[in-house]
This record gives sequence, structure tokens and C-alpha cells, in this order.
Amino acid sequence: MNKSLVMSVVLVSLLAACSSKPVKEEPKAAVEDKSPVAAQTAPAQAASSTDATTAAVSQPAGAVNPLTDPNNILSKRNVFFDFDKDEVKAEYRPLVEAHAKYLIANPNAKVAVQGNADDRGSREYNLALGQRRAAAVKKVLNVYGASDKQIETVSYGEEKPRCSEQAESCWSQNRRADFVYAGE
Amino acid sequence: MMPMLKSTISFLLVLMATAIGNAQAALTIEIVGGAAQQIPIAVVPFAQPTVQPENLATIINADLRRSGLFRALETRGVTNQPHDLAEVKYPEWAALQAQALVIGKVELQANNRLKVSFRLLDVLKQNSLAGLEYDITPAQLRSTAHKIADVIYEKMTGEKGVFDTRITYIVKQGNRFQLQVADADGGNPQTVLASTEPIISPSWSPDGNKLAYVSFEKKKPVIFVQSLVTGQRQVLANFKGNNSAPSWSPDGSRLAIVLTYGANSQVYLINADGTGLQQLSHSNAIDTEPEWSPDGKWVYFTSDRGGSPQIYRMSTLGGDAQRVTFEGTYNVSPHFSPDGKLLTYIRREAGRFRVAQQELSTGQAQLLSESAQDESPSFAPNGKMILYATNLNGKGVLSIVSADGRTKQRLSESGGDVREPSWGPWMK
Repeated sequence: MNKSLVMSVVLVSLLAACSSKPVKEEPKAAVEDKSPVAAQTAPAQAASSTDATTAAVSQPAGAVNPLTDPNNILSKRNVFFDFDKDEVKAEYRPLVEAHAKYLIANPNAKVAVQGNADDRGSREYNLALGQRRAAAVKKVLNVYGASDKQIETVSYGEEKPRCSEQAESCWSQNRRADFVYAGE
Repeated sequence: MMPMLKSTISFLLVLMATAIGNAQAALTIEIVGGAAQQIPIAVVPFAQPTVQPENLATIINADLRRSGLFRALETRGVTNQPHDLAEVKYPEWAALQAQALVIGKVELQANNRLKVSFRLLDVLKQNSLAGLEYDITPAQLRSTAHKIADVIYEKMTGEKGVFDTRITYIVKQGNRFQLQVADADGGNPQTVLASTEPIISPSWSPDGNKLAYVSFEKKKPVIFVQSLVTGQRQVLANFKGNNSAPSWSPDGSRLAIVLTYGANSQVYLINADGTGLQQLSHSNAIDTEPEWSPDGKWVYFTSDRGGSPQIYRMSTLGGDAQRVTFEGTYNVSPHFSPDGKLLTYIRREAGRFRVAQQELSTGQAQLLSESAQDESPSFAPNGKMILYATNLNGKGVLSIVSADGRTKQRLSESGGDVREPSWGPWMK
């Protein structure tokens, strides 16, 4: 793992909000590709902002976007976790609360909470752990009043590290959940 | 626990990539250790048409060495270089202290086919232990060498060989992920799928003709099943949330998979055609990495329901889960030996992730690897070796350890990280 992974521009996927019932999203055999190599996926920056479900956050013309204003807490997007833990630590509560308030104030905004894990141990367990971290952040968003409809959780497990050295300083950066807004 | 005979064998063997139209760097194999008692064997270079790039004896020798059970003797200093039974001068091979001798040849036939013949001889008793002929196409030369090595291995050890089997794994080069299938020695690598998004958890169908795997190409984990015969693939599971960790039932009719409708991953069963989804585990914890037992009755899986990840099992009919691992605070990624008697998994101990092997009848476990970042162990179809991923100098490589822990091989690729290996079944 010596090569640093370039973080792809993350796409807020177009899933509906979490439901508790199994619903198949697409019929089987949707992909029938005789040439395996042709199954290469498109570059990751293809986020479609024209989709009605991902209406961009409305901003008055000329105003500073609070989501990207470095002086605004909303520009901070990462919640970090301890090893094998999914507890949202107290120091991140103000950050999660700010995002919850933003969602309440901007009912058209949609956010994906993306869970991640460091690369030690099993990839599948880490995928499950990333999901639980994303869900833990969503739960705190809910506690502060944010609506399920605006939040989607997804896990990348250990597959999208922001740092790839074998040291705690690096692992701790990879045990995180990220807020990514639709249209970003 | 692991007396490594480092002095016994330690060499590098660079394999020639024979894949046509495949620009892959070859996997390099390094072998450390070996069994205490190794069978001294002499494989005479086969008589072959000069156009063929690799002598079959080279491939056979490499296979036998990798098992750790054979000592391949240098044959170049011997005057007698037989290719037929009548040419064999046993005293010369007895002088080399060979216990067994292998001779053979490849002959061109009409319609561009080849006839490969070989004999395995007992040097002391001066008789033939095996002799076979193969009528093949030139493209089958390599696999025929593996088949011959399998016959030799079985005659000399009493166990079925696994040289003519395949492995799958994922190579990551920069931002490119490739799902590959190669011979068990890493030769003849073929790309099954290439993607700019991660691919994980490839799982062989029991007949070896299909792979189920998880691809992130839809910006989230989705399970696909792909035929290795036609290359056709289809979505097996694309439900809300994550779809991951496919494992085939022994009869190939169903798969155990993992879905996340809530915070926690849970195990589901689904028919191989994507119908008949049913939830198997119901917990308030992570349940993942299902592994179907070879008798078809159980699904073993990783769960942190007890506070830390451990391996549990459930009947495929449902019911309560029973805990399987008790030592250590982190045991994940269970995989069965084909006879259902052994379980291999990854244990974290003192910050190191290592390959463990547990006898299911006694619950006794031992650590087989000495590295620190081991992942995804799987048994060879004869249960005598375990293939797993590890990290060497910051790079993902594959390792194989014999079930007795004595012999280790490393397969690395110069160009990228190799990870998520799985050893395929014997082809029917």
C-alpha cells in the first residue's frame, strides 16, 4: 500500500433514504457485458446535478457558500473514530450539530455520510464498520432534528483511504465519516 | 510451533508470463522453508520441439518444489538423459540419490495437436509408478505440465495435487483495479474485470466456472456474478445500502451475502439467479463474511455481537448463533478446508493480524503466519496449503503457507498491490 490513493471526486449517489425493508433497486441481469474489460467504470466526477433528487443547495447570488467557507464550521466534513469503534466522540458533536442545522435550514439539501475504516484487518469487516460509522453519524444528525429524507449512508470500508502509510497517524485519518453534499 | 527450515530452500523463480495479449507483469514466486523429510526427485528435461518456450520439466520442478515436500535434483551433470523407458540407466540416478525419476517428451502430431507422454519411475525398485499420455492443443501445454505434477504428487505423497488449479485475486495499480484469474503458480494471468473503482471479495462457484465479487463501480458495493467461460456478468444483489461478502453454497444453487438496511450488516441467503432473498441473521451487531460449510448445513460468519469480532455459526435454516472462536479479541474472515474439518481465519494478536488454523472437532487453533497484516485466507482444494494476502515493505503480496506451517511461498507483482486472493476448486 505504498502508493498514495488519489481520492476521487466523490459522487453523491442517488439512493433514496434508508428504508428498513428490502427493496430491490434494479432487476437482475441489468448488466450483460460480454467483454469483461469493457466493464470499466466511468470516472468518478460524473455527478449529475440536473437530477431532481439532487437539487443543488440554493444560494443567493454572490453570497459565500457556508459549506465551503473556511471560516464556517460547515466546511469541516470529517468525523474521526477510534479503532474498531463507531461512537461519535463529544468533540465532533458541534460539527454534526452544525450540519444538522444546515439540513433543517435547507430542506432541499441532501447529504451522503460516507463511512470509512483503516486498512488493518478484514476488508469486509471494515466495510461493515464503515457502514456503522456512517449510521452513527446519521443518528446524531437525527437527534439534532435532521430528516432521514435528506441523509443517505454509504460505506467505502478501507477502499478509499486518504492516507496510505502504515502508522497510527495515518490510520486515524482513515477511520472517519465524511459529509458530502449533493452537487459537490 | 513453526520450525522454519530456512536453509533448506530459498530461491527465486521468475515465471514467464504466457498470457497472450496480456501485458501483466509476471508474478514472482519466492519459497522459504520446506518439510523435514523431502522426497528427492529428478525430472529430466522433456524432449520437446524447439519452438516451445518453456520445458515442461521446468514447470513440473517448480510445482513440486513449491509444495515443500520435494527436493528437485539438478539433472544437468548426469550423462543419462532419457526420454523413453528403454533409455533409462537407473544406476546413474541412484548415484544422484534420486528416489524418483520423471522422464517425458512432447511430440508434434497432425492437425497441430501435441502428444505429451511421461513416466514416473522408482529408482530403487527400477519400476514404473505411473505413465500417461495426453493429446492436447499447444495452449494446453502449461496446464498439462501441472497435471503431470499432480500425478507425481499424488503417487509420491498419497494426497491429491493442486497444481492444475487456479487462483483469483485483485491487482491495484494506481487507480486501476483488476480482478484476475491465474494458474495456482501465478502463471497465465487473465484479467476478468478492470475498473477504476475498488473490487473486493471474489468467491468461486463450486464448479470453478463463475466468480461472485463486489464492485464499487456504482459508487457503492454491489455484488456481481461473472462467468469465466463466456465473460458474461450480471448483478446478483444491488439492494439499498451495501451489498457484499458473497459465498456460494456447496451445490452452487444459493449464495450467502451481506446487506445493510440499517446500521448493521446482516447475513442473507439468495438464489444464484438473484431471486428468493431471505434474511438469515437477526442481530444488533455486525454480522458479515458468511462462509458456507462444505456439508451445506451451516453458515459461519464474523460478528461483533459479543463486543469484539469473533467467528460464529448458524444453521442455514436459521436459529441461534453459536460462537466458534474463543482465543484472542479479533478473529475474522473464516474459510473452510474442503473436507470441513479445518477453519482458517485471521486473528489479531498484539497488533498483528496473522493466519490461524483451527481444528473444528477440538477447537484447537494455531497461528501459521509470522507476518503482521495478513488478510483473506483460503484453503487449497486438497486442504494442504492456505493462500492469503499480506503486506511486504508497504506492498500487497500473496503468500501461501503449508497447513503444517513449514513451507511458505510469496507471490508478488512488480507493478502493483495484490490482494483479496481466493483459491479455486478442482475443475470437474
